[in-house]
Amino acid sequence: MKKKLIVKKNFLMSLFAVILGLIAGAILMFVTGSNPIEGFYYLFRGGLMNIERIGNSLATATPLIFAGLSVAFAFKTGLFNIGGAGQMLIGGLCATAVGLTFDWPKPILLTVIIIAAMIGGALWGALPGLLKARFNVHEVVATIMMNWIAYWTVFYLVPLYLKGPFLETESQRIPMAASLKVSWLTSLFSGSYINLGIFLAIIFVAITAFILERTTLGYELKAVGYNRDAAEAAGIGVNRNIVLSMAVAGALAGLGGATFYVGFASNMQIGVLPSQGFDGIAVALLGANSPWGVFAAALFFGLLHTGKGFMNAMTAIPPEIADTIIATIIYFAATSVLIERNWDKLNKFRLALRLRKSKQESLEDDSGGEQ
Amino acid sequence: MVDLIYQLFPYAIAFTVPLLITSLGGLYSERSGVINIGLEGLMLMGMFVGALIISRTESIYPGTAIWIGLLAAMLFGAVFALLHAFACVTLNANQVISGIAINMIAAAVTVYLARLISGSGNIQIIRGLSRQTIPILSDIPILGRLLFTQTYATTWFVLLILVVATFLLYKTRFGLRLRACGEHPHAADSAGVNVYRMRYMAVIISGACAGLGGATFIVTISGEFNGTAAGLGFLALAALIFGQWKPWGILGAAFFFGFASTVANVSQVVPMLAQIPGIYLKTFPYVVTLAALVLSSKYSLAPKAIGEPYDKGKR
Repeated sequence: MKKKLIVKKNFLMSLFAVILGLIAGAILMFVTGSNPIEGFYYLFRGGLMNIERIGNSLATATPLIFAGLSVAFAFKTGLFNIGGAGQMLIGGLCATAVGLTFDWPKPILLTVIIIAAMIGGALWGALPGLLKARFNVHEVVATIMMNWIAYWTVFYLVPLYLKGPFLETESQRIPMAASLKVSWLTSLFSGSYINLGIFLAIIFVAITAFILERTTLGYELKAVGYNRDAAEAAGIGVNRNIVLSMAVAGALAGLGGATFYVGFASNMQIGVLPSQGFDGIAVALLGANSPWGVFAAALFFGLLHTGKGFMNAMTAIPPEIADTIIATIIYFAATSVLIERNWDKLNKFRLALRLRKSKQESLEDDSGGEQ
Repeated sequence: MVDLIYQLFPYAIAFTVPLLITSLGGLYSERSGVINIGLEGLMLMGMFVGALIISRTESIYPGTAIWIGLLAAMLFGAVFALLHAFACVTLNANQVISGIAINMIAAAVTVYLARLISGSGNIQIIRGLSRQTIPILSDIPILGRLLFTQTYATTWFVLLILVVATFLLYKTRFGLRLRACGEHPHAADSAGVNVYRMRYMAVIISGACAGLGGATFIVTISGEFNGTAAGLGFLALAALIFGQWKPWGILGAAFFFGFASTVANVSQVVPMLAQIPGIYLKTFPYVVTLAALVLSSKYSLAPKAIGEPYDKGKR
């Protein structure tokens, strides 16, 4: 009963943040002289109007699901992983390097690519975890630094080892065998970007939910998140769990990098910190840090990102409106305390009202008895 | 070798200045107890406003347009930072999330507006700030050539702000109160300091500084707004931490990072530097910052109450 109430409250608060985000987007469109209704119509139509667009929305959502899972998983242990972007880059770098180096049959190659991306991301996440556990370095600062180390690592390693034939600023295109795109899926969605990544994402959402809800490991991780000292006193290895949590979060983000760089795209651009890493924070917040909530929130953002190009083509509204909406949602999700406070107040008020009513009724009953 | 240093120095200083002033802004915010990882976004806002105002006014007021732009960037940075202050101070929001939101809002809204204005989303200014050589001081042997030739007026302006800011923070009542809010807000409150007001002011100052930093980068180095601060705000954050939340430490750290970045930027064209792989130079600031955090973990100099929303009722 209580859990149900919390889920309902979380859902309403997310809905509220989304509505406020959409309103902010509408205001921006209105102030800059565009028609918000028309803008939203094309924005959503662009993400949904045909099977290809739906496929693109799912493909865009895939890395967001992983990035969101990564943030949510670390958050369960009380850690704030804002290094998703860097972990994605390193995961993508490992995936691309493997894909360009080996000439194996597709099933084997893809398996190795996925494992490589997870290991790369896990290492990139585990290091801030280790610094936190051993030296009490704040993970927010450490993951920011790791993001930029990853950025410059890719910036210099890609032109050096994976350079394409034409441009200095991107890697070679990966061969078909190394891509998560498969022909049956592409033709099923009439030529969209959709790839095996979406199935991987669903599998990992389920696995994450299972780990967090049904295993001792998940219990320990959450215990550390709720109260570190109590967990320590109960004999849970706090430091071990911190490193583990960050490693898993990194692996998830690394996998997201693979679905982006060898799934959605087919090569790596240098000089770009993938925005999905930060969008993942919005996804996790909106999904209330629950794996299936993350899944739903990522689909919504995928829809916005896919529709923005179409909207830009049909109206004069720049595509950044989608990013504005997402950014505003984060801001309102961060300030949700205000909403929460009022929600609690409202509940208390309702409860008090109900109590008074039942008291009154019982009083009336009593007086009725006397008569 | 010596010639190379002479050649590099003006560039390194030009690169240091935007970092320094942005870091200084971060210092005010964090010393009052509010984490500000929105520096990147605040800088971007300064870049956008600076480039926009200058590109619109430079044909009318050729000489003063740049200074109008810098002032406008400071103003808008301060106003934009109010959003962060409102979330962190009034609403007790998570300061890290709010900072991320600031970065994302700035990135989205500035590019949105820039696209409406110019189509491509880039805003160029025709004339940047010109370099000047200080008459008498530049004749000092060695130092004169390193520090006083080919300087930008903004460099001296920012150094002046550094001196004033340091004085303000350490020698005045205002500074003492501000620092107290970052160390022990309850004690400050019981001594009659309005913690909310101090934190608001600190965050607004940080916005003004970061806005100035962004606009300075436009008028001295890049010459155009292109939709990204390219990690400069985060580099400033690293300088703040590596400088251990102290003004002179920040000056050293910003110059250290500015020099490394400059060497990396020009290493392609200078044969002597081409042997140093750019990857080491570019990752260097972040690696040394992590190392500094590890080394100082025992006696951390970070403000004690940083990141904690101030709750009056909690003692």
